[in-house]
Amino acid sequence: MEWETVIGLEIHTQLATQSKIFSGASTAYGAEPNTQACAVDLGLPGVLPVLNEEAVRLAVIFGMAIEANIEPYSVFARKNYFYPDLPKGYQISQMDHPIVGQGHLDIEVDGETKRIGITRAHLEEDAGKSLHESFHGLTGIDLNRAGTPLLEIVSEPDMRSAKEAVAYMRKLHELVRYLGICDGNMQEGSFRCDANVSVRPKGQQAFGTRAEIKNINSFKFVEKAINHEIERQIELIENGGKVVQETRLYDSVKDETRSMRSKEEANDYRYFPDPDLLPVLIDESFKSQIKASLPELPQAKKHRFKTDYQLDDESATILTTSRPLADYFESTLKTSKSEPKLCANWITGDLSAALNKAGLEITDSPISDERLAGLLTRISDNTISGKIAKQVFDLLWQSIATADEIIAEQGLKQITDTGAIEAIIDKIIADNQGQVEQYRSGKDKVFAFFVGQVMKEMKGKANPAEVNKLLKTKLQA
Amino acid sequence: MHTKSLTELAHGLRSGEFSSVELTQHFLKRIQQHQDLNAYITVTEEIALQNAIAADTQLANGQVAALTGIPIAQKDIFCTLDIKTSCGSKMLDNFIAPYNATVIEKFNQAGAVLLGKLNMDEFAMGSSNETSYYGAVKNPWNVNTVPGGSSGGSGAAVAARLAACATGTDTGGSIRQPAAHCGITGLKPTYGRVSRYGMIAYASSLDQGGPMARSAEDAAILLQTMAGFDPKDSTSVDLIVPDYSAGLNNSLAGLKIGLPKEFFSNDLNSDMAATLETAINEYRKLGAEIKEVSMPNLKLAIPAYYVIAPAECSANLSRFDGVRFGYRCENPVDLTDLYTRSRGEGFGKEVKRRILMGTYALSTGYYDAYYVKAQKIRRLISDDFKNALTEVDVIMGPVTPTPAFGIGEKIADPIKMYLSDIYTIAINLAGLPALSIPAGFINGLPVGLQIIGNYFTEDRLLNIAHQYQQVTDWHQHTPKGFE
Amino acid sequence: MSLTANDVTQIAHLARLGIDKQDIVSYTKDLSGILDLMTQMSELNTDNVDPMAHPMDQAQRLRADSISEPDNREKFMSIAPQAEAGLYLVPKVIE
Repeated sequence: MEWETVIGLEIHTQLATQSKIFSGASTAYGAEPNTQACAVDLGLPGVLPVLNEEAVRLAVIFGMAIEANIEPYSVFARKNYFYPDLPKGYQISQMDHPIVGQGHLDIEVDGETKRIGITRAHLEEDAGKSLHESFHGLTGIDLNRAGTPLLEIVSEPDMRSAKEAVAYMRKLHELVRYLGICDGNMQEGSFRCDANVSVRPKGQQAFGTRAEIKNINSFKFVEKAINHEIERQIELIENGGKVVQETRLYDSVKDETRSMRSKEEANDYRYFPDPDLLPVLIDESFKSQIKASLPELPQAKKHRFKTDYQLDDESATILTTSRPLADYFESTLKTSKSEPKLCANWITGDLSAALNKAGLEITDSPISDERLAGLLTRISDNTISGKIAKQVFDLLWQSIATADEIIAEQGLKQITDTGAIEAIIDKIIADNQGQVEQYRSGKDKVFAFFVGQVMKEMKGKANPAEVNKLLKTKLQA
Repeated sequence: MHTKSLTELAHGLRSGEFSSVELTQHFLKRIQQHQDLNAYITVTEEIALQNAIAADTQLANGQVAALTGIPIAQKDIFCTLDIKTSCGSKMLDNFIAPYNATVIEKFNQAGAVLLGKLNMDEFAMGSSNETSYYGAVKNPWNVNTVPGGSSGGSGAAVAARLAACATGTDTGGSIRQPAAHCGITGLKPTYGRVSRYGMIAYASSLDQGGPMARSAEDAAILLQTMAGFDPKDSTSVDLIVPDYSAGLNNSLAGLKIGLPKEFFSNDLNSDMAATLETAINEYRKLGAEIKEVSMPNLKLAIPAYYVIAPAECSANLSRFDGVRFGYRCENPVDLTDLYTRSRGEGFGKEVKRRILMGTYALSTGYYDAYYVKAQKIRRLISDDFKNALTEVDVIMGPVTPTPAFGIGEKIADPIKMYLSDIYTIAINLAGLPALSIPAGFINGLPVGLQIIGNYFTEDRLLNIAHQYQQVTDWHQHTPKGFE
Repeated sequence: MSLTANDVTQIAHLARLGIDKQDIVSYTKDLSGILDLMTQMSELNTDNVDPMAHPMDQAQRLRADSISEPDNREKFMSIAPQAEAGLYLVPKVIE
C-alpha cells in the first residue's frame, strides 16, 4: 500500500523580552539556578501576574508577518496539571481566544512553493527545568526559566513529508530571528518543536491517528524523528496493529521514539479563564503603531532586491534570510557605489565563507560594511584586479586597515600603464621563442602561458584585460 | 483606652495623653487575658512594641501619619514579611512570608502597630471559623456561638476590643457575616478597590479585602489606608481614592433605599425581619425614601457561587504542593506520593471538599454544565443589581438569616453552612461594595443590617452607615466581660 | 446528580489530594448533595447570556518590559522543605 504522511508542527519560541511575561525577573539565559525566579515565578502564596507589554507587542509583530488576524480580544487561561517544574500547578496560557489567529507561511521544497497554514499562535509562560543528575536520588528543580514568555505557533496539518516539516521549521526559524522576536538559539531551548505525525493510505480523506513527538530541538533531529515515526506507524499498521494517540519522546542517541507514559497518565487540563488576568484588548492604534515600526518582511525585501538590484533569486534569497545581512549588503552597496551583483557576490561568497569558517555571525564580522565597501570601490574603479582583491580581503580580515591603506602599503595598485606592460611582454616574447612558434602554429592554449608569465613578472598587478589585449596584438604581429 | 475610637486614639497619642507603647501594652494585656476566645493565631508582641517605640519617636517629632501608634491586627491571610502567615491552615503552619502584602505595606506606611495575625477559616473557606487548623474562635457575645467566618478572628477581636480595629477579606460574605455576628461594622469594598497582592487567594474574581471596625467612622479611616491602585494587581482599579471621612455627615434626605422582595420573603425569620424593619424606619426618619425592588435571579446565587469559587480555588490551591514552601509529608516515595500526601495531610476537610468540587466542575464533560452556566448566571445576577441600582441609591437587607449559631451546629452539614451566606454571596458575584452595621439584638446576639451600593460608592455607604450610628447606639454596645 | 466513590477517587487523583479511605463515603455524600444544589441552575435558560468571568468590565493593563526583581534566592530557599545547591529537591522525576 502507498502511504501518505500528515504532519503538523507546534513550535514554542521564547520571545526576546528583558523580563518575564508576568513578572519583573530577568529572562537572561545561564544564570545560577533559581536566582532569576522571583516570588511570582515561584508561585508564592498571594502573588499576582501582570502582563508584559513587550510580549504582546512581539506576538502582534509575528501575527502581522504571517498575515494573520490579530485578535482584538484575547484571554489568558489556566492549564492545570501537577509537575515540579510548574510552580503554580497550572500554566498560564491561552485557549479559546489566542492573540494571533489564522495565518500562513510559504515554504520552498524542491523548487516548488507551498503554502503552510498557521492555525494560531498564543502567548504562554514557560516552565522551569528538572535536573536529573542525582542529588541523593532526588531531582533538582531550577525555576529560572519559569515565566519566560513563549509564543506557541501551531500549524495546520499541511505538511506531507519530513522534508517539508524541516523546510517549514527553518523558514519559521529564519522569520522569528529576522523579526527580532526570538533569538532562535535552539541549544538554549529558545526555539523548540513538537511534531504531530500520522499516516493514511494515499487518497484517503480522513486523517490517521496521530502521535505527538515532544521537544525535538534541532533541524536534523526533526527530520530523523519524523521519518522514524512514519516508519514505525506504517510498520505497525501493516502488521495489523493500531496507532494510539500518545506523546512520544525522540531519543537521538538510539534514533527512535518511545512512549512517554508518565506524561500520558493524567491529563484533563481543566482550562478556564485566569481570574487574575483580564482580557487583552488590542485596538487599532496599538496595531498601527506596531505596523509602523515593523521591518520590511523577508518576502517583500527579496522581491525588492530582485527588481531594484537585478539580483538573481539565489543571491536575493540568501541576502534576505536575516535582517543584519540584508542591512550589511545595502549599506556596503551604498558606500561603495559598486555594481549590486559584485557586492552581492562578495558578501554571499568570500565574506560568508570566511564567517562560516570562523563561526561568526554577520553582526560580528571583522570586516565592517564600510571596509568592504572600500575594497569594492577599488575593484570597480580598476585600481586592483579581482585576484589582488582576494589578497586585500584576507588582509582586511586580519587587520583594521582600510583597503586603500593595504593597497598602498603592499604596493598592490594595478598597473594600467601600457608602456610598462608592453616592455615586459616584449621581454617575455624574446625569452620564449619556442612557445611563440607553437602559438603561431595554432596552439591557442599557449596563450595562457604568456598571460601567466606576464602576471608573474608584474606580481599580479597588471590589469588582466590590458595584458590580454596587448599580448594578442604582439603575438599576432 | 480600648473603648476609644480611632479618632480619639489618634488624638490621645498626639496630645500625649498616652503613648503608643502604653496603648500597645494595654492591648497586648487584653489579648492575653482573653486568649480563650482564640481570636489570634500569632501575637507579634515583640514587633508590636518595636512598632510602638518607633511610633512614639515619630509622634514626638511631629511626623505623624494616619494611624501612627495605633495597634491593629491583621487577618492571617495577608502575607507579612518574616512573620508566620498561616491562612488558618496546617499547610502554612511553618510559612514565614518572605514579602509583605500591599495592604500590609500601606499599614506600615500609615504608622500602624501590628499586634498580630488573626484567626480565620482555613484558606477563608467557611462561615463559622470552625474550619481553622487553629481551632474555632468564640463569639464574645456568647462563647458558645460562632463569630462567623471566614474573618471570625477579626470579628471577635474587634468586638472584644483586642485590637483597635482589624482587616478582613470577603469572598462570599467573610467580612460582613462575622461583622454582623460580632456586632461591629465591616465593609467589603468594590472588587478592585483594595489590592489583592499578597492576600492569599481563595477565589480570585471574588476576593476583596476590607476594614472591620467599631464604627463607620473608624472603617472610613481604615479604608483610606487600604484602598488604592496597585500596579502589582492586574485586577486593581486605577481610580482616585476619595476622602472617605469627608462626607460622613452629609444628609440622607432624599436617599432612595431599595428593599429586594427576595430578601424579605417569608423565609426570613420574623425576629430578624422585625429588627431590620426598625432599622429601616430609622432611615425613614433620616429622610430616606423606601422602595421595593426585585432581583429575580438572586435565588441562584448560592449554586453559582459554589461552582465559581471552588473552581477558582481548585487552581489557586495547586501551588501548595510541598515543593517550595509550606507543609511537606514525611518521606515521600515518589512525586505523586509527595503531592497527594502533602496536600491530603496539609488541607482540612472543607478545603478538600471545595477543591474536589471545583476540580469536578472544570473537568471535561462538566465545564459547560457547571462552570460556564454559573458564569452566565453570574452575569444575570450582576444585571439584576445594576437594574435595581438605576432605581435606587442603595439596597438594604439582612446580612445573615439568623444571629450567630452555635459552635458545632452546622459544621457537619456543608450545605446548611453554605446557606448561611445566602444574603451576602450575590454581592461578591456582582463585585459591588456592601457593608454590615449593627442594627439590634436578638436574644443578646447582635444583628447586622446590610447596605449595598453601586460600584465605587464606598464613601456614600460609609456616610449612610455613619448617619445611622449618629441616631442609634447599637455599635457602642460591648459584650459582657469585655467592657 | 450523584457521584460514586469511584468518581470521587478519580477527582481526588486529578487534584492530587490524598483522602483517607474511610472518608470517601462522606465526601461522596457531601459532593452529591452540593451537586444537587447546582442542578437548580439548569432550570434557568441562559442561551443568550455572555459568561461573566470578572466583576469589572476592564482590559488587562500592560507592564513595561523592565527587570525589577533582584535575586532573592537565599530568602526564598530558606522556607523550602528541601533544597540544596540552589535547587528545590523532589523525589526523582521519571520521563
